[in-house]
Amino acid sequence: MTAAVQLDRVTVRFGDFTAVDGAKLDIAPGEFFSFLGPSGCGKTTLLRTISGFIEPSAGRVLIDGRDMRGIGPNVRPTALIFQNLALFPNMSVADNIAYGMRVRGVPRRKRAETVERLLDLIALPGQARKRIDELSGGQKQRVAIARALAVEPQVLLLDEPLSALDLKLRQHMRNELRAIQRRVGITFVYITHDQGEALAMSDRIAVMNRGVIEQVSDGRTLYNSPETAFVASFVGESNILAGKVASVDGAVASVDTPIGPLRGRNVRGLRPGSQALLFLRPELLVPSADGIAARVTDAAFEGTGTLLTLAAADGRPLTVLVSGAAARDIPPKGAEIRLAYKAEEALVLPPDAAGDA
Amino acid sequence: MHSSVGQVVIFALPAVVVAAFAILAIRDRRRAGPAAGPGFVATNGWPVAIFLIVAVGLWTVFMIVLPMLSMIDLSFRPRLPPPQWGSARDIYTLENYRYFLFGSTTSTASWNTTHLKAFGLTIWVSILITILDFVVCYPIAFYMAQVARPARLRLFMLMLIAPYWVNEILRAFAFRLLFASQGVINRALMGAGITDQPIDFIAADVALYSGLAYAYLLMMMFALYNAIETLDRNQIEAARDLGAPWWHIHLFIVLPHAKPGIASGATLVFMLTAGALAAPLVLGGPRTLWFTPIVYDRFYQAFNWQQGAAYALILLVACVVFVLLVLKIFKLRLGEIAK
Amino acid sequence: MTSRTIQKAMLGFYIALFFAYLFGPLVVMGATAFNTPAYPTFHPFEGFTLKWFANLANDRDIVYGLKNSVWIGILVVAVSVPVGLAGAILLTQVYSRAQSFYYLIVVSPVLTPGVIIGISTVVFWRHLTDITGLKFIYDGTVLTVLAQSSFISAYTMLIFLARLARFDRTLEEAALDLGASRTQVFFHVLIPFMMPAIGSAIVIAFLSSFENYNTTTFAILADKTLTTVLAGRIRVGTTPALSALAVAIVAVTVVGAVLFELFKRREQDIAARRAAAAARSEAAETAAVPAHA
Ligand SMILES: Nc1ncnc2c1ncn2[C@@H]1O[C@H](COP(=O)(O)OP(=O)(O)OP(=O)(O)O)[C@@H](O)[C@H]1O
Ligand SMILES: [Mg+2]
Repeated sequence: MTAAVQLDRVTVRFGDFTAVDGAKLDIAPGEFFSFLGPSGCGKTTLLRTISGFIEPSAGRVLIDGRDMRGIGPNVRPTALIFQNLALFPNMSVADNIAYGMRVRGVPRRKRAETVERLLDLIALPGQARKRIDELSGGQKQRVAIARALAVEPQVLLLDEPLSALDLKLRQHMRNELRAIQRRVGITFVYITHDQGEALAMSDRIAVMNRGVIEQVSDGRTLYNSPETAFVASFVGESNILAGKVASVDGAVASVDTPIGPLRGRNVRGLRPGSQALLFLRPELLVPSADGIAARVTDAAFEGTGTLLTLAAADGRPLTVLVSGAAARDIPPKGAEIRLAYKAEEALVLPPDAAGDA
Repeated sequence: MHSSVGQVVIFALPAVVVAAFAILAIRDRRRAGPAAGPGFVATNGWPVAIFLIVAVGLWTVFMIVLPMLSMIDLSFRPRLPPPQWGSARDIYTLENYRYFLFGSTTSTASWNTTHLKAFGLTIWVSILITILDFVVCYPIAFYMAQVARPARLRLFMLMLIAPYWVNEILRAFAFRLLFASQGVINRALMGAGITDQPIDFIAADVALYSGLAYAYLLMMMFALYNAIETLDRNQIEAARDLGAPWWHIHLFIVLPHAKPGIASGATLVFMLTAGALAAPLVLGGPRTLWFTPIVYDRFYQAFNWQQGAAYALILLVACVVFVLLVLKIFKLRLGEIAK
Repeated sequence: MTSRTIQKAMLGFYIALFFAYLFGPLVVMGATAFNTPAYPTFHPFEGFTLKWFANLANDRDIVYGLKNSVWIGILVVAVSVPVGLAGAILLTQVYSRAQSFYYLIVVSPVLTPGVIIGISTVVFWRHLTDITGLKFIYDGTVLTVLAQSSFISAYTMLIFLARLARFDRTLEEAALDLGASRTQVFFHVLIPFMMPAIGSAIVIAFLSSFENYNTTTFAILADKTLTTVLAGRIRVGTTPALSALAVAIVAVTVVGAVLFELFKRREQDIAARRAAAAARSEAAETAAVPAHA
């Protein structure tokens, strides 16, 4: 099966600055694919390269198996939903949605039908004559989606479309976007710096950092089995402890950390003596009879659980999420407790080349 | 040097400049590679690209640059009857500028005092009027921009916009009605018994100077208003809370912020006053000294276009020098005042 | 009395004085137009009359000048609005090293005295028609249009630049992405966005042309416009008929300018109403969204 979008070692440079560095991946037809990364990591640049506003400095973009070199954005089978939506303020809702068909010479009658159908799809029936500046944020959002879908693109590209909405609406729109994607069945390429959004909606996610794609996999794998220190720290919360690998025992390595030797899954097969970071998710740590010694400094009740902040032996802060049965018995502030975890659930990863994490 | 050389230079100069920039631009694009982005035609499409180039090309070349260059060229030519233009006698000369300084070769005076005095006076009075207009406008502009409520502001704006669009000849005419020997002011003065003879305001240039000060007042007003309006009101509040006296607030907060507006208002008022033609023609007495009517007379009384061009250029240079001085004093760039 | 009230009173007095100064001369001029004596005066007011206005309509020169002024104004609008628009668009695209040079050239007419623009235009076109033999260009109306457009285009360019600064480039990209050609983008996105500025530019270009004297008096050659006729008459002597003409011109321009201003206000009000509607739907939407756990 040909990939809906294929990035073949795509590199984009602005002068001396490399915004996207050798991106290589395939996106399957009908997939909901997300790019996740911090601000400035090159997500928008990559999306604009796919849609044709930027020519790659090296590498190729293929859409449905076709090389897109020299093909302008107005003839690519993609539609882009801009970070700021970019709805035409001088046109009505219907005219906005119909615009792509208008410039393609679709007859007026047909245009009206399509607009009608799309307004139903985005749950805005009867709003066709309204002007853009009369709409709410969520309504604008839907109109932007309808406008892009109206040209029947093979790939819909979305650049942080929900970032302007308030939290409640954002969560609602997530479900709606996902539902729309299922209904129309085309490929969605979605960009976000919000991991919750990416994890909730996507079939697969590519995590980007400084123009480099660090890992491509489904959300569960990203969360449970990150392959790089960046992914492990960016996706989800972790207690991070730096140290040296002391010994390796099968799949598990022991790391000498400032608070003592700790064990974790040796994902990348580090050898004894090499630098390592140990990642401990807050929900993996449970108060128990022995383990890491720490003193409770704060407890915040968060509904589904209680987030404990503790100070380890050397004073560094640790966080622990206590939920389920254990939540009935929260240790008081100042209590000295011990924390245990299953070694195969903690991760041992090499530090990033750049030294951050 | 013969004037035919100048003709070639005039028409070649814009072409050479445009070509030089075009070559530089193409070279830069080559170097930048794909990062340069789409080119001019690709970003605009053929029809729009042609429209942009043709419209701006005709405007800048045929309506701005070439006329100015021709005027400069003409100002360096001798006065000749039209059949002899371009003949062997049409060679470049400084005669017209010499005349401005020293007057006719047959006169006994060593300097061309009439013209020099008129020029000096024009510049000097224009500067004074510029300052006066600033002083008059500042309180109102500040009031409108920072103090007035929206409803009041709208009313003031309408009241200012109406007189703003009154033709400058009509402004001059209005002042003539006020200051004429049988005019409103003289009648009032005589009626009150202050004088028994009408005062000749026109010969004394009172009418001219007040007319000029009046004519371009609103230019200054709008320039100041636009600049002060962008000042955050909180800054003034904060300074007041810190106990700054009112003059301190104006001198060290409002005025520095309004600098570009002051500069652009000053430039406009000076340029318009020094270049005013209607007011001196209508309000000037027989012996009034103002430079623009002299320029006008070079053309339409003396029919000496060459000299007229030279005089016009002298006036233009004065304006350019003024703009440069203002930019220097206020430490601004041209882009900041031309808005 | 506190110092605050004294300050307020002083300011009020100053403002009153200022507006008296601003309107006084115009009011006096207006009053003379309706007074019966043959010499323009408003005190004593001997009787109300409209005969000076009737005189105007029968004055051939003035009617001719008026027609010519309107005609020139229309042509100036036709030249300077597209040219100013092109100038503004090009400024954002011009080669970076040429940018300040280009800017200097296109704003220079704003900073050049009008008489000089008139003179240089006449000098150049006389020269050019001598060389080329295209005598028809050396005509008062044509030269006046060219000379006025040279600086009025700079005015309109500044109006367009101000609007263009608020233009969202992604709108163009959005249209392009939806399949529009570059030319379609220009006409469907940029021009509608510029429409309010185009309206302002038309009004301002026409008014600037209509009331211009300094440039016109040189460029019009032997022909006449309303302002040159007026100037000629005023130099010869003042009559109430001139006051009447002044009143008529002031009335037309001022009513035009004020209507234009009110029209802009109305646009703002419409925008405000829309924003209010948006806020209402925003509130309704947030209320309607089911809360998520
Ligand atoms: N046209 C350009 N010229 C030079 N640098 C650019 C250009 N466009 C983007 N960049 C740089 O490339 C980097 C990546 O930008 P990009 O917009 O792709 O980030 P992003 O991941 O979308 O960030 P955000 O979440 O803030 O939208 C940034 O450092 C940015 O400054
Ligand atoms: Mg972005």
